[in-house]
Amino acid sequence: MPREVIVRTINLKKTYMLGKIPLPVLKGIDLEILRGEYISIMGPSGSGKTTLFNMIGGLDKPTEGKVYIDEVDIAQLDAYELAWLRCRKIGYIFQTFNLIPVMTALENVMLPMIFAGMSTDDAREKAKQLLETVGLGDRLHHKPFELSGGQQQRVAIARALANDPAIILADEPTGNLDLRTGKEIINLLRQMNKEKQVSIITATHDLKMLDVSDRVIWIRDGMIERIEDRENLDIRVGHVEGEEAG
Amino acid sequence: MDKKIERQLSLPLKNAFQMSLRNFRIRFGRAIIVTMSILLGIAFFMSVMTSNSFTMALIEKGPENIKTILIENLEEIKVRQKWLVSLSLLVCTVGIINSMLMAVTERSREIGTMKCLGALDRFIMELFLLEAMIHGIGGSIVGSFLGVLIMTVVYIFQYKKIIISIFPVLQILKYIGISIILGTGLAIFGSIYPAIVSARMEPAEAIRREV
Repeated sequence: MPREVIVRTINLKKTYMLGKIPLPVLKGIDLEILRGEYISIMGPSGSGKTTLFNMIGGLDKPTEGKVYIDEVDIAQLDAYELAWLRCRKIGYIFQTFNLIPVMTALENVMLPMIFAGMSTDDAREKAKQLLETVGLGDRLHHKPFELSGGQQQRVAIARALANDPAIILADEPTGNLDLRTGKEIINLLRQMNKEKQVSIITATHDLKMLDVSDRVIWIRDGMIERIEDRENLDIRVGHVEGEEAG
Repeated sequence: MDKKIERQLSLPLKNAFQMSLRNFRIRFGRAIIVTMSILLGIAFFMSVMTSNSFTMALIEKGPENIKTILIENLEEIKVRQKWLVSLSLLVCTVGIINSMLMAVTERSREIGTMKCLGALDRFIMELFLLEAMIHGIGGSIVGSFLGVLIMTVVYIFQYKKIIISIFPVLQILKYIGISIILGTGLAIFGSIYPAIVSARMEPAEAIRREV
């Protein structure tokens, strides 16, 4: 049985205006991402990764082309439906963690559930569970600044999973972490991907990510350069890991 | 029907209030600046009102010699006072707008994050306005008592014990009530524009912005 397509982009283009000069950042991206897939979008900085990420996440509007999430054209959604989509369908993880600084880990994870209309008690219960799953059961009442980078990113992962989204979008999730912590976070993402069948889309230039991805989409200058399946990646990964070990 | 219920997004008032209160407590330094501008404006307003109440009470119940002097200057003083009070409240409102705008810029990333988590524009506005209300109530309560206190001390120095015997309690309580309503109203009014600015931020842009 063919797997369900969860994200589809058709001829996606984005042009920013630098004063009066148009600067094309995405030049026509066609993508299909399946439910439960782990996708890495790789590319040098300035290649349009983050822009693509923002389009898929409904955080920014394309200049041309379409984005379908779960077969819904997100350009057709009004502000309310878009907020609902962000709340229920998509979980976001950022390079800079972006936890709410005045809230504890537990409250940060509870927030999207409160928005989704869950009662405070239920939300607290589920947030506790999620934080235990990401290995922070003993850090529930710590504020973000009392946590290490890796721990903050774990809280962010728990928060992204709060409303059982279909997709998790992670923009450079390991960008601010050291090698080992970065690996832990990648493994945690992979584990969540397997356990909860949530599609994970990461924009990254962290080569450690290749190891766990089902497919890697290479982007250069706003175009898809190539898409590689996991099987074809093995040799390259070996090479990269060898480099790290040395 | 089911779908409709499932599609609800909400921020219960209780949670919103807790969040605003926490913002106030944790960012106390910043909060104090906003509160101070209300506090000072209201303290000035209240001191003028207290002074008026004393003057009127003195004219009604005070000794003859004081009465004549006060009645002579009454009209001129009143005009000048109105001008001063409106000016001070205007400055206080501008102060609130300014510091709330700063708070919005400071927290733009936080606002962007909340929007990514599903917050509607309305929630963000609600949070800022609730916070303004807390500033307003706190600042105007402290400010109005401060105003009364200062003016009472000044009048006691000038007119000695008479002031205590003619202290216009009801009048002053009424003005305290008015100050609290006025101060809270101004705080909320001054925060409307910053709250709209914050609510209209695009999430991607708000997160990207570095402060």
